[in-house]
Amino acid sequence: MSSRVLMMGNDAIARGLVENGCAVATSYPGTPASEILPAVVKWKKELSLPLHAQWAVNEKIAFEIAFAGSIAGLRTMVSMKQVGLNVAADPLLSAAYMGVKGGFIVICADDPGPHSSQTEQDSRLMAMFAKVPVLDPSTPREAKEFIALAYELSEAFEVPVLLRPTTRVCHASQDIALGDLLRIERNGGFRKEPTRWAATPKFRLLLHRGLNDKLKAMAVYPQTAPRLLSPGVTAKKAVVTSGVAAAHTKEIMDDLHLRDSCAVYQVLQPYPLHTDFMRTLLGTYDEILVLEETTGVIEMQLADRSKVRGKMSGAVPEAGELLPEHIERIIADFTGASAETAAPPPAAAGRRPSLCPGCPHRASFFAIKKAIPHSRSIYTSDIGCYTLGLNLGAIDTALCMGASVSQAAGFYHAYRQMGKETDIVATIGDSTFFHAGIPALIDAVVQDARFVLVVLDNSTTAMTGNQPTPATGIGACGDVTGKISIEGLVKSCGVAFCKEGNPYRVPHFVALLKEAREHSRTHGLAVVIARYPCLMDKRSKEERLPAVAVAISEECDGCGYCTKEFECPALEPDEAAKKVRINRILCTGCGVCLHVCPKRSIEGVERA
Amino acid sequence: MPEEKTGQQIFLSGIGGQGILFITRLLAETAIHKELPVLTSETHGMAQRGGTVVSHLKVGCFTSPLIRPGRADGLLLLKAENLAQHRFYLKPGGWIVMNARSLPPAPDTSAGAVLHAAIHHIDADRLAEETGNPQSVNAIMLGFAAARASASAGTTPALFCSAEDIVAAIHQRFGQREKLLRSALEAFDLGLRHGR
Ligand code: SF4
Ligand code: SF4
Repeated sequence: MSSRVLMMGNDAIARGLVENGCAVATSYPGTPASEILPAVVKWKKELSLPLHAQWAVNEKIAFEIAFAGSIAGLRTMVSMKQVGLNVAADPLLSAAYMGVKGGFIVICADDPGPHSSQTEQDSRLMAMFAKVPVLDPSTPREAKEFIALAYELSEAFEVPVLLRPTTRVCHASQDIALGDLLRIERNGGFRKEPTRWAATPKFRLLLHRGLNDKLKAMAVYPQTAPRLLSPGVTAKKAVVTSGVAAAHTKEIMDDLHLRDSCAVYQVLQPYPLHTDFMRTLLGTYDEILVLEETTGVIEMQLADRSKVRGKMSGAVPEAGELLPEHIERIIADFTGASAETAAPPPAAAGRRPSLCPGCPHRASFFAIKKAIPHSRSIYTSDIGCYTLGLNLGAIDTALCMGASVSQAAGFYHAYRQMGKETDIVATIGDSTFFHAGIPALIDAVVQDARFVLVVLDNSTTAMTGNQPTPATGIGACGDVTGKISIEGLVKSCGVAFCKEGNPYRVPHFVALLKEAREHSRTHGLAVVIARYPCLMDKRSKEERLPAVAVAISEECDGCGYCTKEFECPALEPDEAAKKVRINRILCTGCGVCLHVCPKRSIEGVERA
Repeated sequence: MPEEKTGQQIFLSGIGGQGILFITRLLAETAIHKELPVLTSETHGMAQRGGTVVSHLKVGCFTSPLIRPGRADGLLLLKAENLAQHRFYLKPGGWIVMNARSLPPAPDTSAGAVLHAAIHHIDADRLAEETGNPQSVNAIMLGFAAARASASAGTTPALFCSAEDIVAAIHQRFGQREKLLRSALEAFDLGLRHGR
């Protein structure tokens, strides 16, 4: 026990990768997967490993780099969140046909709940769609063990292997033993094989047939077969479970004393489901309950569903996280055991997330609302911290990465066709702009769409823990990298109006936005870069303005304008005094609220 | 009634930026020092932006990273307003340690499970401000909890570890970074003294 260390699931995955000889690791940050790559980098440094680790501009690029490493013979991995796999779906489907050389693990972290995602999609369905095997770990410890298993599987069948941890695996922590490093010497290099790596349609058909054969063989691969967790039980009922639902189930079966009255199987590889397992299951048991998150992937592979209870029978909910209290009730219903009924949670929701006190995005949104009022305009936005601008009434749409720009263009074309007029303001973060905003911008320019695009540039990927962007000039390993200028990109996309401003300087920034609006009405697209570093980014300390001391004056009558329209968490309503008060612990002294109060009741040592 | 697990389940909550994840990690590391298995589950992402942050800490032979309602041995709340929202996790006879200016009004009877809870409170916000280190609320709370959870042993279960165990974990965590170490230890001690 004493050699055990506390590791978050993502840390454990990273440790598994380095222990098993991963030589190329790429990623685009996304919660809950973001910590995997930094943890790989930490081990790389501590153990002086020669591996290449990098953030890529988006998931498609990250995937393609790691895939190339694999077909050059090395063990590689790419990590992302579930929505990221949508972006990388194109190379994933082709890579499945072509297969791999060195073991290639695609780690895709799902977010049932969802806690911080646009969707609850189940990546195991993506695996099924792409026809690649997927492993579904239940705990951080198992996630680490599954890395070894995934590499073996990948190399045995020359296929990419998906590892699908969920939020409760990625962000759970557990005591974990460190293992030895596997030393792998590989210098084979890329072996040219154009019929495979550059396959034309005729060969693709052959590769597809080959992949189907591999799937059949993987469905009998002993190492990934389901585990019977209740040996010796001769019951007529069985519970089949995978992922974190398996971790909950084990504990609940013990608590409800069902260890001897019901068989329990943990599925390690939900797709392809093992052929023998399906046969035994349907042949042995009278009633089968399937517990899995989020879609019924295991369930739908059980051909005879007359005995099966699960999502399709209505026994298990088809959306939302499968919490242990839900599982307890479902198992109790299934077995007839009596479950303890605890008091239900109160309906009251907790405090909603809000942009940090002093966040420059809040200042930008406030200025946008001032300069280009909402009543006469459409605000499109995107994916990142700034999606929380929703609270401020500064966002009408948030679809997926990069869509603020294409949706703004879409609204422009639609309104023009209807002969109507409206101002349109699109907001997008810097990292998101690089990720998927540029092609959308090119399209908007070519089609002469007219709107204001505000690039909220806080010089980092803030939402996921401040990873660098292509403009940062620092890589995942702290190395110096190339640097891309947002202005340069915008201009070379053909945008004539591109100006930068500091959103903390509210009057100046409002004026800039008005100028951009005039330009967009008459001349075409106008881009404003709102530039101020994220407060959570430790690297950027020296670029910040000095703090301003703010205070609430006697004139404040508690009208609530600042708390509603601006919503800085450091401005707290003081109901008793009918005033607003400043929470000194939270206030960062950004001074933006000085410009917010219509009665000028917030005072301070103002900056120019 | 199902038999009780050997082990302890502690539910922690607060708001983003208060350091819930930090104290959860410290307690988990304390468990490892004591050679106990441990599982925790934390919130990341959106919720950390000033929203409610919760974490589940399970010390002993558990496999699920989450605590079920009515099964937590104790609640550690860095924000008093979270009490109403999270008390349903507490088991009958469990303890509550919270950061609050004053004791909350008696719970209504619909929340029956917590009628017997031992509630301990401390104004850690004020103490932290007085020491000139507003960021130390979390360590003060941890010290206070260490004192109170063991003080109430007999009627309610003690924490799985002693104050000394936590101090050892703090040393381990900060190692040679003296300034951080000293301020964490001072804050912890402040909470401890208020609890005793
Ligand atoms: S993390 Fe940075 S970008 Fe995100 S809300 Fe906080 S200050 Fe703003
Ligand atoms: S100065 Fe005003 S806006 Fe800025 S953090 Fe403090 S209270 Fe909030």
